[in-house]
Amino acid sequence: MPAVSDMPTLLSLESLHKSFGNLEVLRDINLSVDEQEFVFIIGPSGSGKSTLLRCCNRLEEPTKGRIIFDGQDIMGKGVDINQVRQQIGMVFQSFNLYPHMSALGNVCLALKRMMKLNKVQTEQRGLEALEAVGLSDKARAYPNELSGGQQQRVAIARAVALEPKLMLFDEPTSALDPELVGSVLEVMRALRNQGMTMVVVSHEMAFAREAANRVIFMDEGEILEQGPPERLFGSPEHRRTQEFLKRISHH
Amino acid sequence: MEVLVEYFPAIVAGFWTTIGLGALVIAAGLSFGMVLAFLRAHRVKPISALVVIFVDIFRAIPPLVLMVLFYFALPMIGLEMSGFVSAWLCLSLVLAAFAEEIYWAGITSVPKGQWEAARSTGLSHVTTLVFVIIPQAVRMTIPPLTNRTITITKNTALASVVAVEEMLNVAQTAQAYSANTSPLTLAALGYLLIFFPLTLFTRWVERRYAWKR
Repeated sequence: MPAVSDMPTLLSLESLHKSFGNLEVLRDINLSVDEQEFVFIIGPSGSGKSTLLRCCNRLEEPTKGRIIFDGQDIMGKGVDINQVRQQIGMVFQSFNLYPHMSALGNVCLALKRMMKLNKVQTEQRGLEALEAVGLSDKARAYPNELSGGQQQRVAIARAVALEPKLMLFDEPTSALDPELVGSVLEVMRALRNQGMTMVVVSHEMAFAREAANRVIFMDEGEILEQGPPERLFGSPEHRRTQEFLKRISHH
Repeated sequence: MEVLVEYFPAIVAGFWTTIGLGALVIAAGLSFGMVLAFLRAHRVKPISALVVIFVDIFRAIPPLVLMVLFYFALPMIGLEMSGFVSAWLCLSLVLAAFAEEIYWAGITSVPKGQWEAARSTGLSHVTTLVFVIIPQAVRMTIPPLTNRTITITKNTALASVVAVEEMLNVAQTAQAYSANTSPLTLAALGYLLIFFPLTLFTRWVERRYAWKR
């Protein structure tokens, strides 16, 4: 695994807070992610991991704090958030493919609207993206004709086709049957090997051990502990990290 | 039989007026309803409030009352319009009001994840609405929408009270002059001829655009 500590910072969250009414979901989050880094976020449900991820592209509006992405404060006035989001791909637990469009249609919609490419170029890039996730033969298939694993790979292709600088994965394999998980992880592994910067919220601990540069443990809206996977899984320092890892190892 | 022969051309002319009025009502009502739902989907409070007020008013007033009001009362404030125009306007507004509610229900029933997926790729609110949300919303709303459309379009018969020479009006006049009910029977057949294919068409549309999730 290449050392990535000398890479420039791509994303940094500074004193980020998020509340829903009186409920504080994120408290004073500070996190920076380097280019080509693969960051894995783990923690019990309700710990704020998904909210943290969704703040990174402002699908969830932070209550306080700053988000610097690629040198730009994306919370600032006059920021074209749509332009920023094109640079930040996101993959969801429930795939969220557009059911009225084919796989290719799903991949091409944003390409067509955001990139101002002509029809031929759009289709070509869409097909390339589908090929990269091993689904070029399913280009004309509709989401309801695809397995969960295939749908999630189309969703990844939809995000990657826009050539983002950062990819966010929100529990990408949690809704999948166990035998379909591997195909999605395979695609993520390939992206990682191409040097994509990735922040992943997931419970796939074996994958974290194998591929992550850094694992972050969150609980009750805070980052409690972080470090390289071998350190965090091997000798967790915080009591709650130890308890969490013990709980999930029983599965 | 002679009665039928005598009044047949007039009833045919009324038949076409009914079709014309109905088609114009459907076109204007469904599209204006969509415009209203589209405006409401921006979730700007004052605009949404105006849409809701409009919708509630036009859903509450019986179309017949509205038509009479438009035709007989509006001239008093200097707004004069033909019976045809007032019937068209009234029914279109009523259909738009009901259609807006149905579209809106469709728009809000599209899962939130669809918005998030589209917005996360950088699509704007309007682009998301047009290419992702509305196509799904419209499909979900086809059954209630077609029902409502047929119900309101049948109200073209009410236009007889504001002197529109549509089918019912012609048939009633013929019946009065001839003291014979066959023109009315003919008109009933005429309505069947218009609305039966329309119901078949809507069934086809419902099947065509239904899809499994």
